[in-house]
Amino acid sequence: MKPAPFEYHAPTTVAEAVAILAETAPEGGRVLAGGQSLVPTMAFRLAQPAHLVDINAIPALDHVTAGDGALVIGALARHAAFHRAAAPAPLGPLMAEMARHIGHYPIRQRGTFVGSLAQADPASEWCLLAVTLGATVTARSARGSREIAAEELIQGAMTTALADDELLTEARLPLPAEGTRLGFAEFSRRAGDFALAMALAAYRVEDGVIAEARIGIGGAEDRARRIPEAEAALAGRAPEAETFKAAADAAASALDPMEDHATDAAYRRELARALTLRALEGAGA
Amino acid sequence: MTAKRDITLNLNGRDFAIGVEPRRTLADAIRDECGLTGTHQGCEHGVCGTCTVLLDGEPVRSCLMFAVQAEGKRIRTVEGLADGDTLHPLQESFMKHHALQCGYCTPGFLVLAAGLLEKDPGIGDQELREALSSNLCRCTGYAAILKAVRAAAEAMRGR
Amino acid sequence: MASEKTRVLGHPVERLEDPPLVTGRGRYAGDINFPHQLHMRMLRSPHAHARITSIDTRRAEALPGVVAVWTHADIAELGPVDFRADRASEILKPYRQPVLADGRVRYVGDPVAAVFAEDAYLAEDAAELIAVDYEELPVITRADQEPGEFDTGLGTEAAFLTHTFGDVAAAFAGAHKVIELDLFTGRHSGVPMETRGAIGRYDAARDVLELHGAAKVPHRNKDTLVNMLGCRPDQLHVYESHVGGGFGIRGELYPEDVLVMVAANRLDRPVKWIEDRMEHLMCANQGREQRHLARVAVDETGRILAMEDEIFHDQGAYVRTHGSNVANRTMCMLTGLYDVPAFKAVTHFRLTNKTPCATYRAPGRFESTYVREQLVDAIAAGLGLDRIAVRRLNLIPEDAFPYVLAFDEPHVGSLEFDSGKYELLMDKALDAFGWEEADKRLAERRAAGEMAGLGIGLFLEEGGRGPSDGAIVSVDTKGGVEVVTGGASLGQGFETAMAQLCAEGLGVDYRGIRVIHGQTDRIPYGIGAHATRATVLTGGAVYQTALTVRAKALDMAAELLQLRADDLDIVDGVVGRRGDPKGPTVTLGEIAKRMQPGSKALGGRAPGLSAEDFFNPTDTVFPYGVHLAQVCVDPGTGGITVERFMVAYDVGRAVNPAMVEGQLVGGCMQGLGGALYEEFAYDERGQPLAVTLADYLLPTMGEAPDIQCLVTEDAPSPLNPLGMKSAGEGGINGVGAAIASAVNDAIGIPGAVTQLPITPQRLRAILRRAGR
Repeated sequence: MKPAPFEYHAPTTVAEAVAILAETAPEGGRVLAGGQSLVPTMAFRLAQPAHLVDINAIPALDHVTAGDGALVIGALARHAAFHRAAAPAPLGPLMAEMARHIGHYPIRQRGTFVGSLAQADPASEWCLLAVTLGATVTARSARGSREIAAEELIQGAMTTALADDELLTEARLPLPAEGTRLGFAEFSRRAGDFALAMALAAYRVEDGVIAEARIGIGGAEDRARRIPEAEAALAGRAPEAETFKAAADAAASALDPMEDHATDAAYRRELARALTLRALEGAGA
Repeated sequence: MTAKRDITLNLNGRDFAIGVEPRRTLADAIRDECGLTGTHQGCEHGVCGTCTVLLDGEPVRSCLMFAVQAEGKRIRTVEGLADGDTLHPLQESFMKHHALQCGYCTPGFLVLAAGLLEKDPGIGDQELREALSSNLCRCTGYAAILKAVRAAAEAMRGR
Repeated sequence: MASEKTRVLGHPVERLEDPPLVTGRGRYAGDINFPHQLHMRMLRSPHAHARITSIDTRRAEALPGVVAVWTHADIAELGPVDFRADRASEILKPYRQPVLADGRVRYVGDPVAAVFAEDAYLAEDAAELIAVDYEELPVITRADQEPGEFDTGLGTEAAFLTHTFGDVAAAFAGAHKVIELDLFTGRHSGVPMETRGAIGRYDAARDVLELHGAAKVPHRNKDTLVNMLGCRPDQLHVYESHVGGGFGIRGELYPEDVLVMVAANRLDRPVKWIEDRMEHLMCANQGREQRHLARVAVDETGRILAMEDEIFHDQGAYVRTHGSNVANRTMCMLTGLYDVPAFKAVTHFRLTNKTPCATYRAPGRFESTYVREQLVDAIAAGLGLDRIAVRRLNLIPEDAFPYVLAFDEPHVGSLEFDSGKYELLMDKALDAFGWEEADKRLAERRAAGEMAGLGIGLFLEEGGRGPSDGAIVSVDTKGGVEVVTGGASLGQGFETAMAQLCAEGLGVDYRGIRVIHGQTDRIPYGIGAHATRATVLTGGAVYQTALTVRAKALDMAAELLQLRADDLDIVDGVVGRRGDPKGPTVTLGEIAKRMQPGSKALGGRAPGLSAEDFFNPTDTVFPYGVHLAQVCVDPGTGGITVERFMVAYDVGRAVNPAMVEGQLVGGCMQGLGGALYEEFAYDERGQPLAVTLADYLLPTMGEAPDIQCLVTEDAPSPLNPLGMKSAGEGGINGVGAAIASAVNDAIGIPGAVTQLPITPQRLRAILRRAGR
């Protein structure tokens, strides 16, 4: 399981990086950030990029700043950066909780938030977060720069809207409005494994009823997404057990789950139901 | 094959000047080019943790990095835990508590634990257990490893 | 006998093995390097069953740095990898695995070609350049499918095996109730943290072909290699250094071991092979996959009248070194700790297009214990009796030993259980676990809506099988002791156990003892380490030999000190009069000096303070155990949490309690893996679905429950002087049974779990069918 040969580039600026990508992308050049997903695929020789553009030496990409209504996360921010709250409550503590489910401690020292978005694994916690809270990303290339909404970036399993020569330089997560309740629940076979399903719930309470409900489900379909049917079941209703159950049922029914030899659609729906319920019950707790 | 690059790896405070292809993993370079075979390989795809080394003080999986990426970093392996003839408290504790049987996963666990405890000897037990779940062992069933790490943590807090 | 100071037998002393291992100075196969060595990389079949229509190695051979590329044609003179020992081996011989596929591949991973190159990365590049054309053939993925063709004129039901005693038909005819179950144990295996590896090296200066990286059964493998390669025994030796776990699956002779030897010889350079993890998960011996159509006949009190089982054993694509041993062990240990008057087990020993199978820790027993204990739980449920009470009723009583299980079939023979206090252990375990109290608390939790329950599994193990092993013990002129055995260390603490036994026999500090194992040029015989035999058999020989050396030392010392040998004792290597600390003494080192060849002090004695002696036990020992589990099921997800687990085991006499506990806890975690997480799944085309550690789920510390060990010495074995029975397989045997029993109890559906592993998906499906 040794990787196939490649040419290695280690630019120190974004401009340099995108210039190299422009040249090498047609020959299969890939960005190397955390490497915790890419390198295993190279070990299996499923990926055999002829060029690796290592962005780990670009200081401009290494930042996490909260302010101005958003959490701005640079491409080199590691999962470990979120172990302790990197944003004010409720987002910071939520991300700390979610981070605990991402692989294991050593993986989190290298793997990056933005890298997860570029990878678009259906079971990625950060993809679920980005899509549910309406994050945007900045993609740079030799041709310029563009902003992409998370739900447009992530198109399917391991598939994004990025062109071969584009580098994601940062993600912007809107800070939830005051009083937002956030809840998260995930189920996996072992601690740190890919989620078989996960649910992220966000809502505010206005005049005793739910407003601005967001329900995202990940790990169950080919990509994480918000479930409008579940959100509709919450809107304008009291935040109580019956409402939550209705939302959970709606989420389960609305899914078009992935299936494999071990996990069928019926099971994924049951998981989605149970986890949506738990995320809602746990929100704001 | 691609052309080899001359790089210097700093392992346990010593510099090793080696020539490697970019695709040479850090794990292979440490073991072969630098001759420090204490760091083992259990899966080469980042799941088992036997290849764990400390990179600037933090535990990372050396099979998931390329040697060329590690230039300029301070790397510590199991061979760098003891201070001359004085064993690290974790090494003493592992022997005392029978926390190893075949010994293959042991360097990875020692380095992982050393990274965690040296950063924060007061680490909470829940957090410690979660972090130790990073590495696989097939012989001991983990109970003795946890006991040994807890005992070493106590010893290190006392210092 | 030895005094307090040297008495370490039965003490949890620190291991001799540890210092190099904790400092990263171990020497595993991957750490062994020879100048000018080549790296071997295998090309393996991507198909589960196919004919090879062409192989083109030219592009691979042309890659700079590639020295050779071999296919079957290059090693056509080599026969298939032979069996170790098995009585049924004649009929199984046609099913042995060739060293490289001979025109036909039979599982994904079957070796097709071998590349020899200057560097491992390069070798892998070259392997990708080999072009092979295949013509796919029909695939068989299940042992309970209709058998198909293995080869022209050879079907895939390689054998049909039978074990019987008593009148089963009459018993079933007269039964008050008959319980039938259809149970399946899923495919899993040892998966040690170190993958397989082997280094072949021809030492031209000595004319010896060396295999480095040997394990488990060095002498057996040497013998097989000598036969396969047609050389003299003195021209081939194997060398074991550090081994990263075995669990039964590492150390058997594999095609790659043979290849590195042949290549080292023919290419005249050392050849190193280290498999990667994907290869390991596709090619190293697997096990456990059996389907059992089991039935039991009982009277109205729940007493078992007869047991019957039709087994479909999935052997995988070839019969490897163990022949049909696992199927035999499954059947002959099926009745476990119970007194069963009539018995019939038959096994369809069938080949499938999957990885070949062999022995994995408690082989055949993890499976049969699961089946038997589920039958007993089903008796309780069927008759409205308590699960413990039914077991108590059927246990072999204390006064029935030695208890003989005499099978009708002459080639099966009989099992003679040496000693056992089964009911006592069960009661001790239940008491230590707090079973009754736990049962009450769980009933309260269930009333409050939780799904939580208790499970139990009782089992028999076996170990210490003879007929004979020996050891050489010698003392040097400085008092250092060397023990040479034909044993093997896979990480279990073999050296420490042998040193403790030698120390006990001889009267020295165990830390001054060097134990040699796994070197065929140091001793011409040995059993290696497998089937829980090392402590009892090799340990028995070490102990015996140490006593012989002790006698020699005292005889010489008596003369040197002018005292009677009977009055002398040896404490920490110093011989003196017992109870007379200020009296005259002589050290073992001094005695050894005086016994050197040509020494005047020898008199008529043979020179050397050393001896070679043997232990010839008459029969196998039978340790036994009780596993208890408490589990909680999450009804929403099907997730199972093992809240507590107890391993209770009678080892006869524990050499090192810390090492015993290590074996039990480690085995228990492997058992939990097999009960809940680990599975080698295949699709309908025979493609393996668990070929990375992301898919094959090994339990982590996060999945480890609180595991309590209760080790007893209530039924020492009468078959060896120290009463030892050993512990290697006692942690794993009953786990599948106990967990299934507990999950059934937790969800309140008797007999619900019919398949291992119990995954959340499968459990949710069971609950869904039950309307939950």
